Amino acid sequence: MTAHRKLLSGNHAVSYGVMLAKPKVIPVYPITPQTPILEKITELQTAGELDADIMTAESEHSAMAACITASLTGVRVFTATASQGLMLMHEMLHYASGARAPIIMANVNRTIGSPWAFWPDQTDSLAQRDCGWIQYYCETGQESLDTVIQAFKVAEQVMLPAMVIHEAFYVSHSVEPVEIPGQETVDEYLPPFTPEHRLDPAIGESWGNVVNQEMYYRHRQDMGRAMEHVCDLAQKADQAWQELTGRGYGIMEEYCCDDAKVVLATMGGLAGTAREAVDILRQKGLKVGLLKVKLFRPFPVFQVRKILSAIPKVIVMDRNYAPGTGGFLHQEIKAALYGLANSPEVHGYLVGVGGVNVSPENIMDLVNRAMAETAFPESVWVG
Amino acid sequence: MMISYNIPEEKVFLSGHNACPGCGEALALRYILNTLGPETVGVVPPSCIAIISGPQPYSSMRIPVYQTTLEASAASAAGIKRALDVQGKTQVNVVALAGDGGTYDIGFQALSAAAERNEDIIYICLDNEGYMNTGAQKSSATPWLAYTTSTPGGKPTGKKNVAEIMAAHEIPYVATATVGFPDDLTAKIRKAKEMKGMRFIVVLTPCLAGWGVPDSQAVRVSRLAVDTGIFPLYEVENGRKYTLNWEPRGIPVDTYLRTQSRYKHLTADQIEEIQQEVNRNMTYLREKQ
Repeated sequence: MTAHRKLLSGNHAVSYGVMLAKPKVIPVYPITPQTPILEKITELQTAGELDADIMTAESEHSAMAACITASLTGVRVFTATASQGLMLMHEMLHYASGARAPIIMANVNRTIGSPWAFWPDQTDSLAQRDCGWIQYYCETGQESLDTVIQAFKVAEQVMLPAMVIHEAFYVSHSVEPVEIPGQETVDEYLPPFTPEHRLDPAIGESWGNVVNQEMYYRHRQDMGRAMEHVCDLAQKADQAWQELTGRGYGIMEEYCCDDAKVVLATMGGLAGTAREAVDILRQKGLKVGLLKVKLFRPFPVFQVRKILSAIPKVIVMDRNYAPGTGGFLHQEIKAALYGLANSPEVHGYLVGVGGVNVSPENIMDLVNRAMAETAFPESVWVG
Repeated sequence: MMISYNIPEEKVFLSGHNACPGCGEALALRYILNTLGPETVGVVPPSCIAIISGPQPYSSMRIPVYQTTLEASAASAAGIKRALDVQGKTQVNVVALAGDGGTYDIGFQALSAAAERNEDIIYICLDNEGYMNTGAQKSSATPWLAYTTSTPGGKPTGKKNVAEIMAAHEIPYVATATVGFPDDLTAKIRKAKEMKGMRFIVVLTPCLAGWGVPDSQAVRVSRLAVDTGIFPLYEVENGRKYTLNWEPRGIPVDTYLRTQSRYKHLTADQIEEIQQEVNRNMTYLREKQ
């Protein structure tokens, strides 16, 4: 089928991206608000539009366990989860990256219990930032669809798994027109997955048995080297996608940053609201810009330093929170700017934690507040 | 049933492995892997089996072996089988080789789910009745009153009947086997290999250090477990068809218990109670046939 437009929720957009990427094994387990991804995938498979084996696992832990081995056996693999499901997978997330299995997983950001809640909050995936997975944060269903396909391309080059992440409801259940690329376009962009090393009696290679200290050290180094290539490869993968479809996102987006005196930095759906606030503030004559961080792992340290080096004030908005350290993006940006000669003043604000609504007006108030105060080293609760 | 000494073997499990001398489990692995043959992929969670299979870059198994996490063997095996099938490599056996801790305890959720989905895998539990690789702690496969380092006063509860639980899933094949009866063990592996769907075999493998048994006695202890009726040899097809493969010779349980220091604290009354329990179990099993 050629490219066409459809009204889709963010989650269903992911499912169409998956269909076009042609994974062969999909182990998956339901959880709110991810479930529509699973449902659309099983629907597409039943309709004969997706030729994949779907394993209805009894838990996210088993789903990820099967993802790893299916990937190591030499096929393209996808799964999706959210919140508690991602928490249950934690052990296997490390196992997947250690096994160098380029699994793609969609994660729908949802609050973590306890107490129980269902709201958009990025703490679930950000708490997995050290698991050796590439992490992309998306703003719209269209971006998630496009990113699923890009993620397969990048992950399979470096043999590391990748998460494509968007927020509960704001993105997962919002319905917008989405362009579904043609299969030929995707086939041209994404070559079949044919790994040299795989579990096959004809090859005889094994994975996972005990190594000594030196081997373990070298293995972790190798993972690091693979990660080092990701910023560049993700940039190139995005450019190639843009050439084919006209849609590109970069690994981060600079919006009105050139002459900006203040830059708002955030991830995911909040970037859309922030863009609107920037437009309004610009009309009022305030030189405000936006830095949307899309690729969070690996963290694009050099790009962040380059973009923010001449900016007097940066306002980091986190829809996530780690007790004891604060907002995740705030921590990462501070660390990225460390030692820079003209380092900006970095304000970190906790907004929208637990899914609390953040309006363009709230963001404008935040800019006014930051203009009037000196930045604190720690993240500050707003409201 | 005598040992035939002419069991056909394809050399998959090799000498030079890391098992303790006289280990019952290493013997079981030899019969299992050499019967399955080289068109096999193995899945091994943390266990003595992981140690026996050898540290990188060595392997005692001439097949691809994927070492997984302790609770994930059945799910990991299912992932391999499904990925092989979609590539058209349907002839390859996928076998999970897990201990009793990885099967009865932490791996049970994934195992039960794989059975419910009737995954096309062979799952073998090498049951040495405890966490022997970590120094003999109690698992839910540890029998009543047995000493372990986490139950120094003797285990207060009985052994979980995993074969019956798996049979209740109505999977194509469930069997019990042990190393003292290699003809029976290899016949069951051959039978399982020819079948499709979920196949589960629990193999009693005496642990010399964990049970307090001399190096030379693994096979004798294994045979006594069967001939006393403590560990009957049987199979269940589709959850319905029960076959007792060996009629126990009615040797008193005391003869079995006395071979192992983990039972040395037992009183005459406790031994009698175990005897009564074994008698009840055998009656129950015969009635199922």
